[in-house]
Amino acid sequence: MNDVLLKVDDVRKEFPTHSKEVVQAVAGVSLEVHKGETLGLVGETGCGKSSLARCMAHLYDVTSGSVWFEGHEISKLSRKAMRPLRRDVQVIFQDPYGSLNPRRRVGSIIGDPFAIHNIASGNERKKKVQELMELVGLNPEHYNRFPAEFSGGQRQRIGVARALALRPKLVICDEPVSALDVSIQAQIINLLSDLQREFDLTYVFISHDLSVVRHVSDRIAVMYLGKIVELAPTSELFGQTRHPYTRALLSALPVADPDTADSRQQIILGGDIPAATNPPTGCRFHTRCPKARLDCTAEEPALEPVLDDKPDHRAACLYPLTVGEDLSTAVPDLKAS
Amino acid sequence: MALLEVRDLRVSFDTPDGTVRAVRGLSFDVEAGQTLAVVGESGSGKSVATQTITGLTRGAKVSGTAYFDGTDLITADQATLRRLRGAQIGMIFQDPLSSLHPQYRIGWQIVEMIRAHDLTIGKQAARKRAAELLTLVGIPRASERIDDYPHQFSGGMRQRVMIAMAMALDPALLIADEPTTALDVTVQAQVLNVMRRLQEQFGTAIILITHDLGVVAEMADEVVVMYAGAVMERAPRRDIFYRNHHPYTQGLLASLPARSGDRLTPIQGTPPSLISLPKGCPFAARCSHVFDKCSEPPPLTDVGGDPRHQSACWLPHDVNEAVAS
Repeated sequence: MNDVLLKVDDVRKEFPTHSKEVVQAVAGVSLEVHKGETLGLVGETGCGKSSLARCMAHLYDVTSGSVWFEGHEISKLSRKAMRPLRRDVQVIFQDPYGSLNPRRRVGSIIGDPFAIHNIASGNERKKKVQELMELVGLNPEHYNRFPAEFSGGQRQRIGVARALALRPKLVICDEPVSALDVSIQAQIINLLSDLQREFDLTYVFISHDLSVVRHVSDRIAVMYLGKIVELAPTSELFGQTRHPYTRALLSALPVADPDTADSRQQIILGGDIPAATNPPTGCRFHTRCPKARLDCTAEEPALEPVLDDKPDHRAACLYPLTVGEDLSTAVPDLKAS
Repeated sequence: MALLEVRDLRVSFDTPDGTVRAVRGLSFDVEAGQTLAVVGESGSGKSVATQTITGLTRGAKVSGTAYFDGTDLITADQATLRRLRGAQIGMIFQDPLSSLHPQYRIGWQIVEMIRAHDLTIGKQAARKRAAELLTLVGIPRASERIDDYPHQFSGGMRQRVMIAMAMALDPALLIADEPTTALDVTVQAQVLNVMRRLQEQFGTAIILITHDLGVVAEMADEVVVMYAGAVMERAPRRDIFYRNHHPYTQGLLASLPARSGDRLTPIQGTPPSLISLPKGCPFAARCSHVFDKCSEPPPLTDVGGDPRHQSACWLPHDVNEAVAS
């Protein structure tokens, strides 16, 4: 693909802790975001998906590696040098309560981007803000209200309006619907997909909810302990799952359908996610993997096409799943032969 | 007779802005050994209802009855409630960290809970029982971990500790209020599995409060769908998913991200304020089937002549598949 909008090259992000250990939040991730697509990023708490997203938007400095936007490296830019690029890369956050200043009126919150980038002021700014409010389904007459006067779903619309003010090319949505009730969640998902079509947006969509990610994404990257374990077009990830962790994640997802719930074989992973300060050797999933073998503890698998997969489907596993393979009966074997 | 029979439960709170009518005439039964799922969105009254039943809503105005094994929990005095809570009715909540005392070892907390109800059990015996319980809920090396503090456990493990504590005295009823909402899916699957296993083993009835229809499909025998403090529909699990009647139930299911790339069908608008509720059906303002009759409150009546399946909607009730979802 030559229409790469954002490229992440071997990015690592580490955080020091008080006990002089290092949390490896992102442990060497490379991926590309193509123009006009929605790339889903899923994984459980602490897998590094939000840290990766913040590195992508250069809200964090990367520890090593690089991030490229439209062919320019942005990961080493100063705040000032980054500012013009902020117009093109915007973020929508999870918490519609914490991400809006409660003491400022909604009109001025949404108008901020215009002020910061000296684009419009006075009545012109107000007009632009009201157009945006209308666009995201808010009543423009509520321009002078405070965030507290809006419901959770409406607040998330405010966040969307603010992100879209400068017509960005890339919008990073960090758990944008996780705090919302299902009926409201569906409203926001539809809004995001309408806006994508209308303005030709590219999304990186982060969520722990696989059913939401499946619905919105063209491609999905599954993360575990700071690494991507599988990256594939959505239908392939679900139809031809290669990585045992992906399969376990899919299997754990409760389905709102009693027939499926009763008939399927659930794979229930043992144990917890290991600490990111001291990740397991070799494949980081080997401590919980039903298929783990001795070499999984030593050799770190590369993220590459496995079996007969096309180049756009990559998995990091020494013993990838074949289609139809039953993982629920697999037993790990870590003894030396 | 059912294990728990709740009839016409009403709960309201006086606030400076007016009276919040959180629960408005809720009735349901929980049968021994069965799981009743109470599903609804934020503010539907699902948590307030069960907290009221267990005497945890101080300052609320409460009416109605809730007979548990012959005792009305609503009029029972604090001493009676104290005796029942924990021993006969176990409870687990969404956030296991704030349900455990951070400065006491978890073994100590379980022992205290056991001995608060039965002082004839000696400390050593209670401690042994605590270790058994921790093993039962799948905590590895339970006899060592019994002396750990809550912060030394992960979220899923803490919720297991809560389940162990709730099950310590073999209660007849377990109230689980969003027990897996704060957990990751793979951990959620583990915890739900533990709950299912314990139910099979001990015949515990479960009231499972959740907003997640997936969890309902996995766990429930009977389902109550709540909206704005009232029951919209109640039915056995399969009926809720395959032969539902109420437009709100249908709206909830249609809002779920489908497998296809099709557009989602959200419920338009937002829930009404519990301070100034509309006179008629509370869902009317967001309902696509609304007609003139909806300005009167619809009673909960049988669907297709089945008394186990009821819907509070004026749409015709005679045909089961009257409105396909």
